[in-house]
Order: sequence, then structure tokens, then C-alpha cells
Amino acid sequence: MSSEECILKTESLRKVFKVGFWGRPVTVLESLDLEVCRGEVFGFLGPNGAGKTTTIKILMGLIYPTGGKATLFGRPIGDRDAKGKLGFLPESPYFYDYLTAEEFLRFYGHLFCLSGTRLEQRITELLELVGMTHAKHLQLRKFSKGMLQRVGIAQALINDPELVVLDEPMSGLDPVGRKEIRDLILRLKESGKTVFFSSHILHDAELLCDRVAIILKGRLVASGRVTDLVGQGATRSVEMVVENLSPEGLDHLRPLAEKLLLQGSQALVVLKGEAQVGDALEIIRVAKGKLVSLTPHKSSLEELFIREVKGLQPNLVEGQ
Amino acid sequence: MRVLSIALNTFRENLREKLLYNLLIFALLLIGSSVLLTQLTVGEWDRLIIDLGLSSMNIFGVLIAIFVGISLVNKEIEKRTIYTIVSKPVPRYEFLLGKYFGLVITLFINTVVMAVGLLGVMLYLNAPITMLLFEALGLIFLEFLVVTAVALLFSTFTSATLSAIFTLAIYVVGHLSNDLKLFGEKMGEVGKAVLNSIYYVMPNLERFNLKGQVIHHVDVSASQLVLTAVYGLSYVVLLLLIASVIFQRRDFQ
Repeated sequence: MSSEECILKTESLRKVFKVGFWGRPVTVLESLDLEVCRGEVFGFLGPNGAGKTTTIKILMGLIYPTGGKATLFGRPIGDRDAKGKLGFLPESPYFYDYLTAEEFLRFYGHLFCLSGTRLEQRITELLELVGMTHAKHLQLRKFSKGMLQRVGIAQALINDPELVVLDEPMSGLDPVGRKEIRDLILRLKESGKTVFFSSHILHDAELLCDRVAIILKGRLVASGRVTDLVGQGATRSVEMVVENLSPEGLDHLRPLAEKLLLQGSQALVVLKGEAQVGDALEIIRVAKGKLVSLTPHKSSLEELFIREVKGLQPNLVEGQ
Repeated sequence: MRVLSIALNTFRENLREKLLYNLLIFALLLIGSSVLLTQLTVGEWDRLIIDLGLSSMNIFGVLIAIFVGISLVNKEIEKRTIYTIVSKPVPRYEFLLGKYFGLVITLFINTVVMAVGLLGVMLYLNAPITMLLFEALGLIFLEFLVVTAVALLFSTFTSATLSAIFTLAIYVVGHLSNDLKLFGEKMGEVGKAVLNSIYYVMPNLERFNLKGQVIHHVDVSASQLVLTAVYGLSYVVLLLLIASVIFQRRDFQ
């Protein structure tokens, strides 16, 4: 990928907070390098407290980095032109709850110097996009969390941004709400926008992202395409369900299996790998068993994530 | 455009939080006391009504300036509403100015409505309405501008409670600064230097108080009025500048 396609970039980004009365330094981010390219959905993953929100806050110009460099659209953070092409939804957003959805979007439109019919048209479009047209005259204080999240996304899109940054957009939502946000992100991708979102819900990231970066304790531990990351050193297993297999057949299968469970006339066999599938099928054929299902299990992002967390924080993960 | 949008939004917030309900209390106080005064006092009641009217306008306005002013920025940071504003192409100082002018609009409307109420009562009681009264009203509003700027300045770097304490302290000291200077004259070198520096640094809020002059019909020269206005506005600009510098450097955690 050529460097001019990268619209979000951080180099050795570092942030140290001073806490307490004596200003004890706490390093939240350590030398973070990220590159997000135009048109991709990029997942920024990590457990709570890993430094995701801190990174996003630096990118949005809410806090200043202690060291390193960050650019948006090739310009330094805080640049007005770059901010004009940016949409941002903070984590668990709080908005001016005395405004109605329509007034709320109009206010944000004014901040981009939008006005008149163009703005009104945009507000109508966005309320429709996020499915909130019915609530346009309702004050935000009467909104549910899912509704707030949706209207929050609408505010992030008011300027038709090229890059949309969402901080934990799925957190605290029910499964329906999460699916709605996922669909919205996919729609944004289809319309050519770049989406950068942070999450600790890996399943969502796996479904949505072209590329991900995993951050732990302020350090980048992995980044790349989801398929590449998941493939790296991942052990694949194959799960079979077999019916009416004779005891001899079971005995022959046992050496090939990592796990073998019997339930009535069925047996669940987890093979050590793809290499054993051929032999196992032959044993079943000879023993006149019936194959009910055969499912290959790929290593998931979650397994990779846990592995990385375990590497850095063994006690924490085992404790959980 | 952006400053105006933020200002109007702040004004709308004040309206929807029913801040202007204080006007009802003011109206009740004014009407009630005027009825009582005309029945109880023999003569001089017009002076009393002016005194009462201007004092309560001042108190109500200052209370709003302090207690809404201290939360102008703080609340935005605590409620994280500032995140979506600062990430837009809005320079931080514009946000600060917008918040300031939003409260100024509220205070202006509040002052105008109260002034109309006071004038109405005075007309009803056939009390003389002089130019001096309008000058006094103008300076009361100027004092609100200064107090709001003080509250805003504190609100950019400290908590709401501390901001309230500091702003109240400055309000009180600001009204006593003439006395502090006189007191300093009678002290030793160090005491004099300390009290003198407080006198020069703190806003001299007594300059905005023309109540005595209105009551006793003592005219104030135009040059003195202009000087006071320039003093007040310069103080506001200075405070807003310092607030902007602090706010610009701040991390929103």
C-alpha cells in the first residue's frame, strides 16, 4: 500500500499522564505506530485500559501526546481542514440532552458552517439512515442508549466525512443494537468511507474489519489483515459427529482424536488437525458408522487476542 | 457563525433548565415590597424601591454569573459533551467565547426583564426616572460581564466547587478593594505592598456600583462612565485571553 493512501498515521506515539497530587507519571501509550488506509474498516482492539481511548483522544485533538507524531490526512492533529473531513463518536457519548434530535444535528451542522436547505436535507437523510426519523422532535434525555448511539453516529456523519472514528460503538448495546451498528459500519464502507473503530468485542471486529491492530498496556502487539493474523500459527481442529459407530471403530478413532465424547448412539470427535480427516473417514467407513457432521474450526481473533493477553498478563487471564 | 451557534446553544440550555424562573421571584419580591413600602413608609419610598430593585438585580445576576459561569466549561468536560465539539473544526477559544457569550445573552435578557419590571413599578409609583438610573443599570450589566469572565476563567482549570469559592472570594474582595487599599496605608511596608498588589490585581467592582449616586441624585461625569466601561471591558478581555491560553493547553481526560 502506498503511503499517500494512509489517511491516519501515528509514529512512536506516546502519552504519559501525571496522576495524583505529586504528579506521579503513568505511561498509557508507549511508542504506538498505526496506519489506516483510505476505504478500509480498521478495528482497534484491546482490553479495557489498554490505551485505545487515549489514542483516539490524541487523534481527535482532545489531549496532547507526550511524544511521537500523529497525522490525519497527512496533516498534524488539530488542523482545521483535516477536522473538516472527520467524523467522531466518543465512547458512551453524552450529548446535550435538552436538545431534540433535529436541533442536535442542526447544532453540529452549524459547527461545520452548514446552513439552509442543504443542512435541513442532510439532517433528514441522516435521521433516516440511522432510523431515528420518528424521534426527531424528542429531547435526547428521553432516548435509550441504543437511540443515543444512533443519533451520535448521525452527528459524526453530518459533514459527510471521509474518515469516521468510532470509540467503542458497540459497547453497552443489546444484540439488536449491535447488529444495527454493524450494518451501519458496513454501509459506510460501501459508500467509500474509511472507518476506524475501537472495540473489545472481537466477534464484531472479525465480522467487520479489513485490518485490525491489537493494543495491550499501551503497546501494539499485533496488526494486519484479520485472515493473516488468525492464520499465523493458529491450530486448526476438526469436529466430527458420528452415529452408530462400533466399539472397535471408536477404539481405532481414539488415537486420532484430541477429544472424544459419547452421547447415546452419537460420538463427538475432535480431531487433532486436518491431516487426520482422511484416516478418520476411512475408519468410519470400515466400521459402518454414519457421519452426521464434519466442521473445521479455524482459530478466531478471540483466541489470538487471549494468547497475546496471556503473554503479557499471564496471571490476569488465568485468574479470569 | 460557530461562536454564535455555541452561544445560542448555551442560551437555549439556560432557558430549558428554567434559569429565567428567577425572574418570577424577582417580580414577586419587587411587587410585594413596593406594596408594603408605600403603605409603611412616609416619603423616601422611591429611594427605597430603587435601592431594593438595583440591589436585587445585582444579587440575582451575580448569582447566575457565578453559579452558571463556573459550570460553563466544567460541565462540558465532566459530561464529555466537549469531545464532539473540539473534534470538529472549532478552535478551542471559539468554544470558550461561545460559552461566555451564551451566558452573557442569558444575563442580558435577565437584566432587561428585571429593569423593565423595576421601571414599571417606578412608573406606577410615580417615582422619577433619571438617566442616571440607566447608567447604573449599564454598569450592573458590566459587572456581570466581569464576574462571568472570572467564573469562566476558573472553570477552565479547576473543579466547579473550587471555581465557586474562588469566584465568590474575588467578588467579595472586588467590592472591598478600596477598603483594602486604605487598610494597607495603615500597615507596615510588607502589609502595604501585599494589600496594594491585591488592590491592583483584583477587579475593582465598586466602580460599577452607582446605586448611591442614583439614590442621592449625584451625577456621574461622562468621562468617568467611559473610563469605567473601558476598565471593565479590558478586564473581561484580559480574563478571556488568560482562560483561552489555559484552555488551549488542557487535556480533556
